Amino acid sequence: MLDTIPENAVWAIFFLPLASLLVILFLPRSQATAAGVVAALCIGAAFVLSLWALDSSLQADGHPLSFSSHEWLNVGDVLEVNVALNVDGLTAVMLVVVTSVSFLVQIYSMGYMKGDGGYWRYFAYMSLFTASMLGLILFNSILMVYVFWEMVGLSSYLLIGFWFHRPAAAAAAKKAFLVTRFGDLGFLMAILLIYVHAGTFDIAAIQDLAIAGAIGQTVLTWFALGVFAGAAGKSAQVPLHVWLPDAMEGPTPVSALIHAATMVAAGVYLVARMFPVFQVSPDAMSFAGAIGGLTALSAAMIGVVMVDIKRVLAYSTISQLGYMMLALGIGAYVAAIFHLFTHAFFKALLFLGSGSINHATNTFDMRLMGGLRKTMPITFITFVIGSLSLAGFFPLAGFWSKDEILSDAWAHERYLFYIALITAGLTAFYMFRAIFLTFFGEYRGGAEPETGAVVATLSNQAPVSTEPGGFEPDPVQAHAAAGAPHTAPEAHHGPHESPWLMVLPLILLSFPAILAGFANYNHDIEHLLVGALPEGAEVAEPTFRMGVAIAATIVPAVGVILAWAIYHAKVISAESLARLFRPVHSLLENKYYLDVLYERVVAGFLFHKALGGALATFERYIVDGAVNGAATSVRQTASVLRYLQSGQFQTYGALAFSSLVFTTVLVLVLSPL
Amino acid sequence: MLSLLLFLPIAGAIACLVLPRSQEGKARVVATVFTLANLAIALALFASFDQGDNALQFAERRTWIDAADAGFNVQYFIGVDGLSATLVLLTGLLFLVAALISWNITLRPREYFAWLLALETAVMGVFAAQDLILFFLFWELELVPMFFLISIWGTGRKEYSAMKFVLYTLFGSALMLVGFLVLGFSQGTFDMVELAEADITSAAMSLNAVFFLILAAFAIKLPVFPLHTWLPDAHTDAPTAVSVILAGVLLKMGGYGLIRILVGILPDQFETFDVYLAALAAFSVLYGAVLTVRQTDLKRLIAYSSVSHMGYVLLGVAALGDVALTGAALQMFTHGTITALLFVMVGLVYDRTHTRQISDLSGLAHIMPIAATVFVIAGLASLGLPTMSGFVAELLIFLGSFDHFEIQTGLAVFGILLSAGYILWTVQRVFFGPRPQRWEHLTDTTNWWEQVAMAGLVAMIIGVGVYPATIVDVLESGIIRTLGFDQ
Repeated sequence: MLDTIPENAVWAIFFLPLASLLVILFLPRSQATAAGVVAALCIGAAFVLSLWALDSSLQADGHPLSFSSHEWLNVGDVLEVNVALNVDGLTAVMLVVVTSVSFLVQIYSMGYMKGDGGYWRYFAYMSLFTASMLGLILFNSILMVYVFWEMVGLSSYLLIGFWFHRPAAAAAAKKAFLVTRFGDLGFLMAILLIYVHAGTFDIAAIQDLAIAGAIGQTVLTWFALGVFAGAAGKSAQVPLHVWLPDAMEGPTPVSALIHAATMVAAGVYLVARMFPVFQVSPDAMSFAGAIGGLTALSAAMIGVVMVDIKRVLAYSTISQLGYMMLALGIGAYVAAIFHLFTHAFFKALLFLGSGSINHATNTFDMRLMGGLRKTMPITFITFVIGSLSLAGFFPLAGFWSKDEILSDAWAHERYLFYIALITAGLTAFYMFRAIFLTFFGEYRGGAEPETGAVVATLSNQAPVSTEPGGFEPDPVQAHAAAGAPHTAPEAHHGPHESPWLMVLPLILLSFPAILAGFANYNHDIEHLLVGALPEGAEVAEPTFRMGVAIAATIVPAVGVILAWAIYHAKVISAESLARLFRPVHSLLENKYYLDVLYERVVAGFLFHKALGGALATFERYIVDGAVNGAATSVRQTASVLRYLQSGQFQTYGALAFSSLVFTTVLVLVLSPL
Repeated sequence: MLSLLLFLPIAGAIACLVLPRSQEGKARVVATVFTLANLAIALALFASFDQGDNALQFAERRTWIDAADAGFNVQYFIGVDGLSATLVLLTGLLFLVAALISWNITLRPREYFAWLLALETAVMGVFAAQDLILFFLFWELELVPMFFLISIWGTGRKEYSAMKFVLYTLFGSALMLVGFLVLGFSQGTFDMVELAEADITSAAMSLNAVFFLILAAFAIKLPVFPLHTWLPDAHTDAPTAVSVILAGVLLKMGGYGLIRILVGILPDQFETFDVYLAALAAFSVLYGAVLTVRQTDLKRLIAYSSVSHMGYVLLGVAALGDVALTGAALQMFTHGTITALLFVMVGLVYDRTHTRQISDLSGLAHIMPIAATVFVIAGLASLGLPTMSGFVAELLIFLGSFDHFEIQTGLAVFGILLSAGYILWTVQRVFFGPRPQRWEHLTDTTNWWEQVAMAGLVAMIIGVGVYPATIVDVLESGIIRTLGFDQ
């Protein structure tokens, strides 16, 4: 048994990645290749300390450990913003997820990003992200959550736009920031609202006041909805999910860490953190559940028709985040975070696997893949493990957490149970569709690095900048240039397994993808999470239901069989199915036309052209027009009046005389009145 | 010490003018040395400012025009409280930046730097004056250097813009002077401390009218919709350093006047109209932001973003509480540093590409990575990213005003979405994209003077953002003093 973790060690978890950032920024550029090692070492150390925090939290039954409070900002006796660390069961679980996945992703990135012109910049951003994500979960104040919430948003922006020479990446980065910030407006207003009514930013204090009924019901509901708006943006819930598929323009390890395992789960974390408040506002709860269900199902449906393997995984992530939000909406707080925990491992594994495939084939387009199980056995096996876990097959990690959600849904909200069950079937279908297209059949040639432009919008590695001394050679080119094991001619001969720096994290992540479900076998996670709740917050006891478990196995199995029948055995033709359901198919392929609606109609036409154009005209002709008009009329009046000052004596005399006459007449006329 | 701060720049201006023609290139060194010395004094003043003491500090008082029988009594009375001290520091900082980024000025450099230094005296005077007439004199004095700086060293329609700026400001100051005279004669003094302490109940005309006369000048200067149209023109056509000063400190004279004179001396009138001012503020924020999105010229874009950001200042002042006013004051300080940095970066891009049209630019991050990085930092600060100073200011304003004006504040909050939109869209268009053949020959920032200016501003923005207490505590003592007159 270890001692309870001291405060300084917890601070170190936060400051280690920050130190990594600073070291990398000040590394001499000749030593830039050390950046990856620095990041991996710092984050690895943070991982070890996080395990210590987890152990301490287990000993404390998940109740918050007490740490000292520091004053950050103070205005008179009115406003006081204090900052303190907070480590409870929920924090401990999140710490382990974030640091472990981040650590493995840094190792993978050392292989994946090798030779990239922005190598050090990449690891600087990754360190910034990890520090911000840890800050988001480590502090006790909702204001600090907001601060780091925005900072992970920044890191995400920088990493999506990492290859900024590609217009698609630059646009995707901006879109991600703006769409999530739209949700953050709600979050910020929720903070303002709760501060006005509760007088504090301290999360525990807000929870206590909410449970004690000291804050009005309406205020709490609006607060919860505002928080949920922020969470919906970050966790890509319908209708704010549109940024996440585009975010796949970033390097694949980034997608694995930020856009699958950790940052996108921050919204789920936030709602879980504020769970006691949601519990006392049933309207907000059922709203969250409905949005979660809608997200889970609609994203899974799009996942079925995508041909880009990374987009399949992106829609799968959206769908699974919807699953978690659905769970929170029905009060399954433990199940939601448990699913967040298991999902982080298998989804990171799947993304890293897709990066490995891309490394071999230069494309993410599944139509150009096939037969890779022979040439990439480790990637194949680990990818299948991840898929089985995601599809929720016994006894892999995904089974346990998904089953808990389904079981709770059955008990509390029947319509959400059916949505979740259908989603589970779709999930199994699209994952095995991806497996059959990618790893089975004949190899369909992949893409040459040079011809990457063909799949520009789909692929990670295209289009390639061809200028000499380009700012960022892409990984594939870079490998060729750096004389890495995979030189261009070799790549030409066909796909191959990735280098060990990339394969090792795949193998390591397979273990939690299989086993993480057993973490709750003795109800350890449940104890941790329930212990993190304040006194007076009730959580339903999760129960195992055999009927639900059987349904949750049969439905995905049907999905797998269908995928096999269509994409491997080809007893059913995919093309004729698409033709049969053409309207649905094109609706899904175009992602329900939401991008068109947001970008062309709302942003482009309604905002920029109509509103902006109207105001610009108003500004030019009315507001400034009035000013220039006033100036012109003054000048014209002056140009008439200046003849009065001609300097000619006669004029002055005439003027004086006529004034006298005028005044006399005026006096005579007015005097009787 | 305070008088030294006020008149050292004038000494520098004279030093520039007496340089022999053969040595005219030395003017930039003279100006840099004098602005650096002034920044050192401002820093010393700020550091030795006693934030526990809410009284006026470093005060100096001399009788100037003594016509007490006629009820006309003007003093040379200067001093600083927390609000003034912080703005004096900002002024010192930005004039050094302005001097540094003007090193490449070759047209009549002696006069240029002399006018720049004279401008510093005027601005310092506005922030230090404690007598209405003295305040007015410094306020007007600022126009002369600005007129010449824009109309001689500017670009584009520089004469039009200079004239528009001067006439617009003069129009406001004429109204303000009437207000000042009415106020002063009603109490027999122009002493701003005495006036603030006095409970003014009547004057030669309705106090509401006086309030609006004075408000006009400050609303033009800030600027507030619909009195803002001089700003985009003046900004666009002014030389870079003058844009920096204009956005960085001259706009703050408007916000400072609102707090110091209207909140300080006419608090009851302010309270009567604060709801409308808050509504106007929210409208300014959104209107300015929408128009910012539409701009195609980088300088105009930042100019319109200033209209939007100054709306937050008005919102904070209108809420009339400790927190909101401190936020408004901090917003003035942070907007000063952030917008100054944005203008420095735009100037740098313009200096190399000779265009400010966004459509002409693209992919500059390949060629100017340092400039791109600094621009992105300034942009992120401008869109209110936490850990940068703009966020703290906007947060304080929102926290303080949400209590009083839920709807106005709720609307103003949308400004942070729009600001993210125009900043990131600009970054995307100017700096991202494929490597541009057209700009292949450009160089990144290589001059030490540009780098010093950039580094100083970045340090200030992040420093205040991470640990705002240093500035906030001083500002707050000034705000408490101002609000304290009310009781």
